[in-house]
Amino acid sequence: MRRGGLLAWLYVGPTLLILAIYLVYPTLTTIYLSLLDKRSETFVGVDNYRWLFTSNAMRIAFRNNLLWLVVFTALTVSFGLLLAVLLDRVRYEALAKSTIFLPMAISFVGAGVIWRFMYAFRPPNTPQVGVLNAVLVGVFGRDPVGWLVERPINNFALIVAGVWIWTGFCMVILSAAYKGIPRDIIEAARVDGANEWQIFWRVILPLMKSTVAVVTTTMVINVLKVFDIVYVMTFGEFGTEVLANRMYKEMFQFRDFGRASAIAVVLLLAIVPVMLVNIRRFQEQEALR
Amino acid sequence: MSNVARAVKPSKAGQVNMWVRAARRWAARFPLHAIIITISLLWMTPTVGLLVSSFRPRDAVRSTGWWTVFVNPFDFTQYTLENYVAVLTAQGMGRAFLNSLIIAVPSTLLPLALAALAAYAFAWMEFPGRQTLFAIVVGLLVVPLQMTLIPILRLYNQLGLSGTFLGIWLAHTGYGLPFAVYLLRNFFGALPRELFESAFLDGASWFTAFTRLALPLSVPALASLAIFQFLWVWNDLLVALIYLGGTERVAPLTVRLSTLVNSLGQNWELLTAAAFVSMALPLALFFSLQRYFVRGILAGSVKG
Repeated sequence: MRRGGLLAWLYVGPTLLILAIYLVYPTLTTIYLSLLDKRSETFVGVDNYRWLFTSNAMRIAFRNNLLWLVVFTALTVSFGLLLAVLLDRVRYEALAKSTIFLPMAISFVGAGVIWRFMYAFRPPNTPQVGVLNAVLVGVFGRDPVGWLVERPINNFALIVAGVWIWTGFCMVILSAAYKGIPRDIIEAARVDGANEWQIFWRVILPLMKSTVAVVTTTMVINVLKVFDIVYVMTFGEFGTEVLANRMYKEMFQFRDFGRASAIAVVLLLAIVPVMLVNIRRFQEQEALR
Repeated sequence: MSNVARAVKPSKAGQVNMWVRAARRWAARFPLHAIIITISLLWMTPTVGLLVSSFRPRDAVRSTGWWTVFVNPFDFTQYTLENYVAVLTAQGMGRAFLNSLIIAVPSTLLPLALAALAAYAFAWMEFPGRQTLFAIVVGLLVVPLQMTLIPILRLYNQLGLSGTFLGIWLAHTGYGLPFAVYLLRNFFGALPRELFESAFLDGASWFTAFTRLALPLSVPALASLAIFQFLWVWNDLLVALIYLGGTERVAPLTVRLSTLVNSLGQNWELLTAAAFVSMALPLALFFSLQRYFVRGILAGSVKG
C-alpha cells in the first residue's frame, strides 16, 4: 500500500469532521444529559434511569417493545424463510417476490395510512369501508372491531403493519442464501428417502443458520427503534406506546430532555453488542485481506 | 430423463399414463400454488385498496367499500381525479412534494461525494490511524439516531439552523456517511490491486486513479447506494420532524402526510390520495430500477 501522506487527510478529513459533529459529539453529550434534570441544569444522578425502570408509562413502552421483539421478529423471519423456500419452486417467482417486496419502497408513514384504512372502523349497522371489519361483519356476521383502540389487539394490529412492510426484506436475503445451497445436497437427502419436511429442518435450516442470524439481528435492531408506524397510527395512545415514540413525547410534549436522553441511552446499550460483533467481524476480514 | 421420454413416441396406453401422471403432479403442486397466490393477493390488497379509493368520489368512499368498484371495473364514471387536485393544492401535498425533492437530492449527493473520497483513502492510502478510524466508522453504523437528536437540535437552535434546508441536508449527510463509507470502502478494496499499481507506475496521481479507475468501476455500487440513500431520506419522518418541525413551508411529504392523518381523520378519499402522492416516486424507482433498488436496500440493512 502506498503512503497517502498529508493528502490522505484531505480525502478523509471532511467525512471525519462531519461524523465527529453529527454522531460522536451528540452521543457523548446525550449520555451526559441523561444524568441531568429536565432542563439540563442540575445534576440528578440516576434519577432519570430510576424513572425509566419504575414508572407505569415506561413499563408499558418496555412491554410493547418486547412484544414487538418477539412477535414481529418471529413473524417476519419465519414468513421470509417460508416464502424463500416455496417461491423457489414456481416459475412466477420474480413476480411474486416483487409483490411482497413492494412495501419496502413505501414510507412507514404511507404504510401507516394504508393500514389505518385497512382497520377503519364504522359503528355497527353502517357500511364498513375498512377491509378487516367488512370481512368480519359481511363474512362472519360479527360486530366490527376498533382494531387500533381495543387492547390488547391494537398492538398486534400495529405489528401486522410492520410485518407487511419487512417480510419482503427477510424473504429476499433468505432467498439468496437458499439459492446458494448446492442442489446435490438436497437431492442426496431426497434419494436417501427424507421427506420435504425433514429436508427443511435437518438440511436446509442448518445450512442457512448464519443468514437467519443476520436477518434476525437486523429485525431486532429495527424493533428497538420502531417509531413511524406507532407515531402515525396511534401516537402511542391506548396502551401502544413504544420507547422511540415515548422519547419523542418527552422531548416535544413534556420538554424533559433528561428523561428523553435516558431513553436514547437505553436504546444504544441494547445495540452495543451488535456494534461490537460488527467491529470484530470487520477486523477478522481485514486480517484475511 | 424427460428428454428421452419425449424422443420415444409413446404408445396409446403410455400417453394415458402420462396424462395421469401430469394430473397427479398438478394435484400435488396445487397446494403450493394456492399458498403462494393467496399470500401474494393478501400482500397486494392494502395497496390496491389505497390506490382504488384515491380515485373514488367522496360520497362513494363514505357509503361503500372500495372493493365494490370491481363489480364494474371498467365503468369509468365511478372514478375521479378530484382528490388528487384537492390534496396537491388545498392540502399542500404539492408544496410538500417539492420540499421532499429539495431535501432528498442534496442529502443524497453530498454524503455520496464525501463518502467516495473517504472510502477511497481508507481502501488504498496508508496513513496513521487508518484501521482504528475505519473501525470507529463501522461502530457508528448502528448508533441509533435517537442518541443524536437532542444535542444537534440544541446546536441548531443556537445557530439558527433548525427549520432550514441546510440544516437537514447536513444532518442526513452525517447520518448517511457511516454506511456509505463502509459500503464503498469494501467495494473499492475489492478492486484488483494490480490495476492501481500499474496506474501509479504510469505516473497517475491519487486523484486521477480515483476519477479514472475507482469511480467508473464502481458505478453499480454507487447507483445502489444513491438509490438507498435517496429513499431513506425521502421516506424519513423522524429527522424531518425534529429538525424541520411541522411548518408547511419546509415540511416534506412524510411530515405533511402525518399532519393530514390528524386533521383529515376519516376523509379517506383525500388521505388515500395524499398517501399515494408520497409513494409515487419510490414506486416508480422500484419498478424501473428494481435490481439496484433491491441491492441498495439489502446492503443498507445495517444502517442505524
